Amino acid sequence: MNLIKNMAAEIKKYPSVIAGLILIAFLVFLAAYALITIPYDEAIKLWRGGDNIWLESPRNARPVWFNYFYRDKKPETIIVRSEENVNKTTTKLAEGLYTSDIVFEFDYQYDDFPSELSLFLTSKAQTARPNVSITWHTPDGREYRMADLTLKPEESYRISQDTRLSRRLGGAVPEIGLFADPENPNKPLKGTYKLVIEGMLFEEGSSIEASFVSYGKVHGLAGTDHRRRDLTVALLWGAPVALAFGFLAAIGSTITTLILAACAVWYGGWVDSIIRRINEVVMILPTLPILIMVGMFYSRSIWVMLGCIIALGIFGSGIMTYRSMFLQVKESGYIEAAKAYGASNARIIFRYMIPKIIPVLIPQFVTMVPSYVFLEASLAVLGLGDPVLPTWGKLLNDAYENGALYTGHYYWVLQPAFLLIIAGLGFALLGFALDRIFNPKLRGL
Amino acid sequence: MVKSLEQSQPDSKNRRFDGLFRVLNYTLVRGVVIFLTIVVGVYLAILVANGGGYVDEIRIAQIKEQIGLQVASDEALRDFTLQERREFENRLVQQEIERLNLDKPFALRSFGYLWQGLTLDLGRAEYLQSDSGSAYVRNIIGERLGATLLLFATSQLFLFGVSIIFALFLSRRYGSPLDKLVVGLAPTSAAPSWFIGIFLILIFASILGWLPFGGMVEAPPPQSKLAYALSVIKHLILPASAIVVSSIFSTVYYWRTFFLIYSSEDYVDMAKAKGLTSSVIERRYVLRPTLPTIITSFALTLISLWTGSIILETVFSWPGLGRLTQQAINLFDTPVVVGTVVIYAYLLGVTVFLLDIIYVLVDPRVKLGGNGA
Repeated sequence: MNLIKNMAAEIKKYPSVIAGLILIAFLVFLAAYALITIPYDEAIKLWRGGDNIWLESPRNARPVWFNYFYRDKKPETIIVRSEENVNKTTTKLAEGLYTSDIVFEFDYQYDDFPSELSLFLTSKAQTARPNVSITWHTPDGREYRMADLTLKPEESYRISQDTRLSRRLGGAVPEIGLFADPENPNKPLKGTYKLVIEGMLFEEGSSIEASFVSYGKVHGLAGTDHRRRDLTVALLWGAPVALAFGFLAAIGSTITTLILAACAVWYGGWVDSIIRRINEVVMILPTLPILIMVGMFYSRSIWVMLGCIIALGIFGSGIMTYRSMFLQVKESGYIEAAKAYGASNARIIFRYMIPKIIPVLIPQFVTMVPSYVFLEASLAVLGLGDPVLPTWGKLLNDAYENGALYTGHYYWVLQPAFLLIIAGLGFALLGFALDRIFNPKLRGL
Repeated sequence: MVKSLEQSQPDSKNRRFDGLFRVLNYTLVRGVVIFLTIVVGVYLAILVANGGGYVDEIRIAQIKEQIGLQVASDEALRDFTLQERREFENRLVQQEIERLNLDKPFALRSFGYLWQGLTLDLGRAEYLQSDSGSAYVRNIIGERLGATLLLFATSQLFLFGVSIIFALFLSRRYGSPLDKLVVGLAPTSAAPSWFIGIFLILIFASILGWLPFGGMVEAPPPQSKLAYALSVIKHLILPASAIVVSSIFSTVYYWRTFFLIYSSEDYVDMAKAKGLTSSVIERRYVLRPTLPTIITSFALTLISLWTGSIILETVFSWPGLGRLTQQAINLFDTPVVVGTVVIYAYLLGVTVFLLDIIYVLVDPRVKLGGNGA
């Protein structure tokens, strides 16, 4: 009890312990939030991104909060659907001839053009497919004919790729030409725009639904990537993955190494010398290249990697440090006493030797965690990340492969990097401070 | 024989030979141990690469395809019936498999592979080529080795020199704001060099535009030697700084701590009492006994930096071994990947070996000169 009190008093002297703990707590919170809001299967499905999950989000959009830092407001994504309170009127002209008009009205108050425009139409018809003609009305009353279409049950009209419309707009790309201010063609005209869909239905019970998407240049809390995926999914899910990976790798290699070191010291003789020889070999094995080969030839699953890292870490650098600690412990009186009352070897190792050095080990353990977190990111950057799980490293890899730094998509690199820094710094701050608290030699230095 | 020769020499020379002999002996033993380690590493790489006969299957499939094509296009075999041709083809495949020892158990063959691996005799790459057009793994690797060594040696020498001077400087100014700053910055070294590199690229290439994004020389390469060298130096700055920045703070922090621990020894107080100047004390009584510890810690840093450099090169498109590894992974070029693992095993081994020799040379307990410092 007294010991804990002393420890607490000691910890208070090091503000970096508190800073580290706050950062770690933040990550744990993030991880818990991710696990609760996006279940595992959901996260994987979202990240794989099939089935048009991300159809309505823009490509390579910046995070929304960028708008707070710029005077020119970048557009957000605007989605209007005919199912939701939109002017929709259906009138019967004659038997088997109806009109169905959809008027999308939306307010555009941004200082930049949208990145893309799309219109998704669905229709119901038995034999005769409905016709639509689409027109665009600007706030100052200009009107552009966009397209006349005969609808399939599902039709996507990619306005941005309509070259005929582009020609009609005087050569400008549709998303710019449709929004441009005639006085100042480099700026969009602010105000209420109208997209009018005039449909002709040729059957009883036939109907048209539509949704119009003006893709923004900012999207969501974290922006989107080249495949329209919302980065928040990967940023959030990266936290539990990184923490689990870092902790399990650190725990796995520490515990096995500890037991081996204790055995080496307790049994001594040939056990000791074999373990030391193996340590010498493992120390200069090229760990990362071997992991790379495992990733290439067997499995890129993060858990297989974890197993390999632990296996390669067993005889790693820690074993000699622990060995020298155990050598001191072995000489202490209470071990002598345990031997005298006939304790078994296993009992002495697990009940008397290992618990004795665990406090000294905590700082080392804490500093090990971020190195494994970064190792996972390193593997991902090399393209050997887990095939299904979204992780911070995979975000960096995507960003790197798509030249995010060259093309100015800094948010794509900076956000995962920021979280990696928090993970690295949190554990490192705590570890360094604990090292000074637990290690009497370093106290005060 | 050597012993009797030594005994006939005067005393100081005798000690000198003795010391030299011990150093040589130690060097030899360490050399053998490290070489064995490399052998184990390469063997492990081969086991992993060949796990479950994976590589064998590919090779057998390749042989079958090749011979199948050969038989199908051979004019002389036109008159054979389909049955005969097939038999002939199978016989050729069998011969080839026997020639390559693919029918022997893997345990036996693996030693053949081990030898090929150790001598880097890994045959042709599947997809990659060296810049001079060679497809031999050995040539591809040889071409890239220089770039890696240039980057690594420059940054390591710089890191070592700056760290020692800076650490000594801080140990003199223990408790000063600068000292506290370094202690505070030490945890940043949790980030590997490639990670720092991303930020350096972002700041100095993307935003400021002062230095190139990556690569080793401008394209097209400058004609004159001087311009070429200048261009390389310009491209070297960012990756080398990434390596230095990623480990300098923790290195300086640890070394300064060693210096502080050693300067509280009694003999340092004694030297101070004798009135020696602080530079002499630092050199003779602080730096000298600390060097072995420092070299050990530097060796550990080096080992982790070697592996970190694989990704650093990828991030900076530095045309070295790391970038080669990444390219080979993306193209699934098995021979090249195995080759890079082997060469990394060698590089690590040689680094540790060199540091071991330096360790013996600076360890005051092993005397080479005979008359002190």
